[in-house]
Amino acid sequence: MTSFSRRPVLGLLAGFALAPSTAFAQTPLRIEITEGVIEPVAYAIPDFVAENGAGAQYAQSLARVIANNLTGTGLLREIPPTAHIGRITSFDSPVQFSDWRAINARALITGAVRVSGQQITVKFRLFDVVSGQQLGDGLQLDGSTDAWRRMAHRVSDQVYQRLTGETGYFDSRVVFIAESGARNNRRKQVAIMDQDGENTQYLTDGTALTFAPRFSPTGDRILFTSYETGFPRIYLMDVASRRRQMIGDQPGTMTFAPRFSPDGQSVVYSLSVDGRTDLFLLNLTSGQRWQLTATNTIDTAPSFSPDGTSVVFESDRSGQSQLYVMPITGGEPMRISQGQGRYSTPVWSPRGDLVAFTKQHNGRFHIGVMRVDGSNERLLTASYLDEGPTWSPNGRVIMFTREQAGGDPSLMSVDITGRNLRRVLTPGPASDPSWSPLLP
Amino acid sequence: MTFLSKATLVAAALALAACNNPRGGADDYQYGGTGGISSTALGDPSDPTSIAYFNTTIGDTVQFTVNSSELSNQGTIILRTQAVWLNRYPQLSILIEGHADERGTREYNVALGAQRAARVQQFLISEGVSAQRIRTVSYGKERPIEVCAVQRCWDLNRRAATVVSN
Repeated sequence: MTSFSRRPVLGLLAGFALAPSTAFAQTPLRIEITEGVIEPVAYAIPDFVAENGAGAQYAQSLARVIANNLTGTGLLREIPPTAHIGRITSFDSPVQFSDWRAINARALITGAVRVSGQQITVKFRLFDVVSGQQLGDGLQLDGSTDAWRRMAHRVSDQVYQRLTGETGYFDSRVVFIAESGARNNRRKQVAIMDQDGENTQYLTDGTALTFAPRFSPTGDRILFTSYETGFPRIYLMDVASRRRQMIGDQPGTMTFAPRFSPDGQSVVYSLSVDGRTDLFLLNLTSGQRWQLTATNTIDTAPSFSPDGTSVVFESDRSGQSQLYVMPITGGEPMRISQGQGRYSTPVWSPRGDLVAFTKQHNGRFHIGVMRVDGSNERLLTASYLDEGPTWSPNGRVIMFTREQAGGDPSLMSVDITGRNLRRVLTPGPASDPSWSPLLP
Repeated sequence: MTFLSKATLVAAALALAACNNPRGGADDYQYGGTGGISSTALGDPSDPTSIAYFNTTIGDTVQFTVNSSELSNQGTIILRTQAVWLNRYPQLSILIEGHADERGTREYNVALGAQRAARVQQFLISEGVSAQRIRTVSYGKERPIEVCAVQRCWDLNRRAATVVSN
C-alpha cells in the first residue's frame, strides 16, 4: 500500500471471517443473461462501513456508484437503503441473513472504506442471502483517492462476474462526439467519459468538425476523423498526452471511417477519390499501405474480426448498402446481410460471434445483430434515426446514437436480448460512441 | 471595369468583413497564419462579373435524389451555366462541397457526398473547366442548409455546392 497509483490494486482479503458453510449448499444464485431476464434479481447494498473518519465521505458514494451500475444492467433491482432492516456496522462481523431475507433481498453486497492521506482502501463481499453463503472471496482494492470511482466500477465488475459468470464492463470508458451550437453549423468535439457518464473530458477544442472516434484495443489511443485541414482526414491520438498525428492522408483524397486491427498495429479505413470510396489498410509502424477493395461504388465502415483475419464492411455494390465479410489478405467479399432494407456500420462483437449493425427500412432506423454468417438477424431498436453501434467489452450491451425527428442526438444503450433500452447521460447532445476495452 | 479591379474595390469596402466564404468551406478550419480566414469579395448580385451573381443568379447549388449522385436535367442546366461563367474567370479557384440528407449513416453519407461532389467536378471538367482549379470535399450530413425532419429539408440538403473564391 505504499505505491501512489491511480490504478486500484485488487487483492484477496486475507483471513476472512465468513467462510461459506457447505452444509447449507443449495443452487447458487446465478443470473443467466443470455436468456433475457424477465424478473430482475433483488439485491441490497448498504452504505459501506467507514473504517476511519476520512473514509466516511466515500462510504455512501461507493455504494451508490455500484448500485447505479448494477441496477443499470436491468438484471438486478435494488432494494433501497430506506427499506433495510439490518445494519452492517462492521465489515467482518457475521451477517444476520434473516434481516435481509425479511426484505426479500436475494443478494447482499457489503463493503468498507478507509482513507489515509491520498490512499484509499476499499473492501467488499457478496452474499447469496437465501443460502447464507458468500459468493466468491472478499476482495480489497488499494489505490489513490482519485481512483475511487474506478474502484466502485471494479467492485461492480466483480459482482457482475460472480452473479452471471461473465466478465463485467463497468471499469471502462466511452469516447464520443459532444455536440453543441446550431444544427446547421454544429460544433463537434471529441470527448471521453466513464461508461456511466461521469468524468467527461474534451479531447479536441471544437475548432474543427470531428466525427466517429474509435478506441484502440488497449484503450490508450483513439482514431477519429477531423476537418482540421478543411478535408476529412484521420487522426491518431494518445489519450493520456493528447498528442495526435494525421495518418493515411493522400493529397486530393478524403480519408475517414478508421478502425484499429485487434493487435493495434494497423488501421483499416475508407479513402474517397474521384467519387469512389474503397477500403485501405495502413500499418502504423511501417507506414505501408494496402488497398483492400477496388470498386466504382461505396465501400466503407470497416470493422475487424477479433482474430484479425477478416473485415466486415458495408458496400452498395449490389445497388444498396449491404454487409460483406472479406479476408484481410484479400479475396472476394462475401455478402452476409440478406434481409430487406439497407444495412450499414457493421461492428464485429468482441466475442466474435455477432455483428451489430444499423438497418434502414421503411423510413425507420434500427440497431440489430446477426451472426457473422448473416443468419439469425434480430432488430433490437427502432426510431427515427438510430445508428453507429458499439459493443461493451463483454459483448453483452450495445451503445449507439439516437436522434429523434428534429431533436438533438443522445447516446443510448440496449442489451443484446433487446431489453433494457436506456439513455446514457451526457452533459449535452452526444453522438458516435465507441466503448473502450476493460481498463487495465 | 474588369472583374479584378471591381473586386478589389469591393474588397476594400468590405475590409472589416471577416470570412465571406458563404458556406464555411475549407479554409475555415486551418490553424495559424491568417487563422484560416480568407476573404472573397462577393460583389453585387446584379453584376454578372461578381461572385454574388454566380451564387444567386446562376445558382451555386444542384440537388440530388435519395442515395443518388446522378445529375438531374435541371442540375445539368445549372452546371453548364456555371461552367460558362467559370471559364470566363480562370483565376478563380473552385471548391465543390458534396452533402447528404440526414436519412443515412454518417460514414455512408460522407462517401455519398464525395460521389456527388466528384460528379459535379467531372461535369465541369467536361465543360472545359480546368481540373487544376477544382477541389472537392464531402461534408456528409454534417452541414445541412435546412434543419427540419421533413421531406422538404431532406430534398434541399442532398446537394453539391460550387464555392468560388479568389
